[in-house]
Amino acid sequence: MNKISNQRAWWLVVPVVVLVAFNALIPLMTVVNYSVQETFGNNLFFWHGVGWFEQVLTSERFHASLLRQLAFTGMILIIEVPLGIAVALCMPRKGPWVSVCLVLMALPLLIPWNVVGAMWNIFALPDIGLLGRMINGLGIDYNFTQQPVAAWSTTVLMDVWHWTSLVVLLTYAGLCSIPDAYYQAARIDGASSWSVFRYIQLPKLKRVLTIAILLRFMDSFMIYTEPFVLTGGGPGNTTTFLSIDLVKIALGQFDLGPAAAMSLIYFLMVLLVCWVFYTAMMRNEEQ
Amino acid sequence: MARIELKNIRHSYPASKGEAQVWALEEVNQVWEDGGAYALLGPSGCGKTTLLNIISGLLTPTEGSVLFDEKDMTQVATIDRHIAQVFQFPVVYDTMTVYQNLAFPLRNRGMKDSDIEPRVKEIAEMLDLTESLNNRAAGLTADGKQKISLGRGLVRPDVNVIMFDEPLTVIDPHLKWQLRSKLKQLHQQVGTTMIYVTHDQTEALTFAETVVVMYEGRVVQVGTPVELFEEPKHTFVGHFIGSPGMNLLPCENVDRMAHCLGNALGIAEKKETHSEQFQVGVRPEFVYFDKVGIPVNLNKVDDLGRYKVAEVETDGHILKMIVDEGQDIPVENPRICFDLDHTRLYRDGWMVETEEVTP
Repeated sequence: MNKISNQRAWWLVVPVVVLVAFNALIPLMTVVNYSVQETFGNNLFFWHGVGWFEQVLTSERFHASLLRQLAFTGMILIIEVPLGIAVALCMPRKGPWVSVCLVLMALPLLIPWNVVGAMWNIFALPDIGLLGRMINGLGIDYNFTQQPVAAWSTTVLMDVWHWTSLVVLLTYAGLCSIPDAYYQAARIDGASSWSVFRYIQLPKLKRVLTIAILLRFMDSFMIYTEPFVLTGGGPGNTTTFLSIDLVKIALGQFDLGPAAAMSLIYFLMVLLVCWVFYTAMMRNEEQ
Repeated sequence: MARIELKNIRHSYPASKGEAQVWALEEVNQVWEDGGAYALLGPSGCGKTTLLNIISGLLTPTEGSVLFDEKDMTQVATIDRHIAQVFQFPVVYDTMTVYQNLAFPLRNRGMKDSDIEPRVKEIAEMLDLTESLNNRAAGLTADGKQKISLGRGLVRPDVNVIMFDEPLTVIDPHLKWQLRSKLKQLHQQVGTTMIYVTHDQTEALTFAETVVVMYEGRVVQVGTPVELFEEPKHTFVGHFIGSPGMNLLPCENVDRMAHCLGNALGIAEKKETHSEQFQVGVRPEFVYFDKVGIPVNLNKVDDLGRYKVAEVETDGHILKMIVDEGQDIPVENPRICFDLDHTRLYRDGWMVETEEVTP
């Protein structure tokens, strides 16, 4: 049989190339373009080299918001992952309550980000909000619009409320996939419930927990809408996380060059963390 | 070590809405003598695993009681029954080493480390696991993992019974016989009661001294492999054990003589019950060609090497018969006879006692 040899099959790849070009490459290249140029208006651009990158990397403002970002992400991970596991362990495995629990757990995930921000803003207002009134009623001076600590705790609490469910649902799915034989063997071996958790459930949950941590890391590292609606980055700059800061620089001050350089650095950081997680996960699979 | 007795055990799983209650076990009475090697044989869904879980206490029977040495253990928790169980799929603690796996049941029972070490090493030696003691259990092959689950049972000095729930399902065929003979050897070495659940007759017959055959939630026969072969108490046993299984033909009682398809058989039931409808059961090994007897048509012959399996037909009923190598198979007007010593009569599936009678 004669083999037909030509390159026409490449045409089949064109739709993907076009799609990727328009949704990733072209926008990204615009940003790259801005990040190495300086402008004084009138659409006149001058070559600026890596100057903006140097400026961003050495700026105290960037360091501060990066630190705030890391602190926030670390805090919500420390709270949401153990809390999510604990809630998932308490959920029933059988019976009519399963669907009730699952729906209740899924509800916060269905609410749009800006609505969550608005809800918590009103909920926590010290003069009219239920939460704010209650805390003040307990004799604690609480005003998240003025006190940094209050602003931080409200933001963290809001994120925990919104996203712990994700960890719960993933963990619950992982727990349900552990065969009964493991629990039976543990009973026969006389294992305590702590041992069951430590030696059966936790090792079997490793994969879903890695995914849960990765997802929560990514989402919280790029969080924007909720703190923007809740605190607007304040009081002062105390809750100005990376993305809020970026928007301030890009759209508030219209500093296109530094904003573009910052976007790229931000993007590379997220990419790096994803890569680390991915490699770690793949290495586990191989074992 | 204990003698285990199941008294009037019945069990049903909670029925889902609108469904009638189904008994997974209908009335089981069974004694497991101390130190015996038992096989629990039966098709999938006959209640084997349920019975096992009732002995181990993972399930509480709906009715009846479980006695260990005459002591009622029905409500006693699994941990206090001192039993070990090996499951169909190997269960190991992935993050632990082989050593830690074997030591786990002892640690949970508060044994001192200095006592644990010699015990674990002894068991590892028995199971040929000494070399991998410090490896992670997760890295072992399926048969290695299955050995660990077995080892976690053997390591405990106080085990009353070790139960195996189809333990060779996920083992490669060439390792199956190795592990099986290992089990038998261990039984002789350790002397603990072992109950081996399987639906594979070869496994059951090679492992056990006593085979308990279950069918639809009942124990239909308890006996040695030879008894099961020669005197199946129930048509199911005849059919399930042996390859090919027992031939079953309808049979009538005429003047105290069993007649099969119009031919007098030369046997009758000992205690006359005046029943008219029976089944006659005879294994393929005990059917032979003869000049007299029931006329048949020869359908086909399968040559299996050491013997041939002939399939014959009479009056719409098919029989299989085993013909030894070298024996002729008559082609013209073949007739068959049954070996009367090995011909059984069944009423409603259960064997009735027979005696030979002359026509």
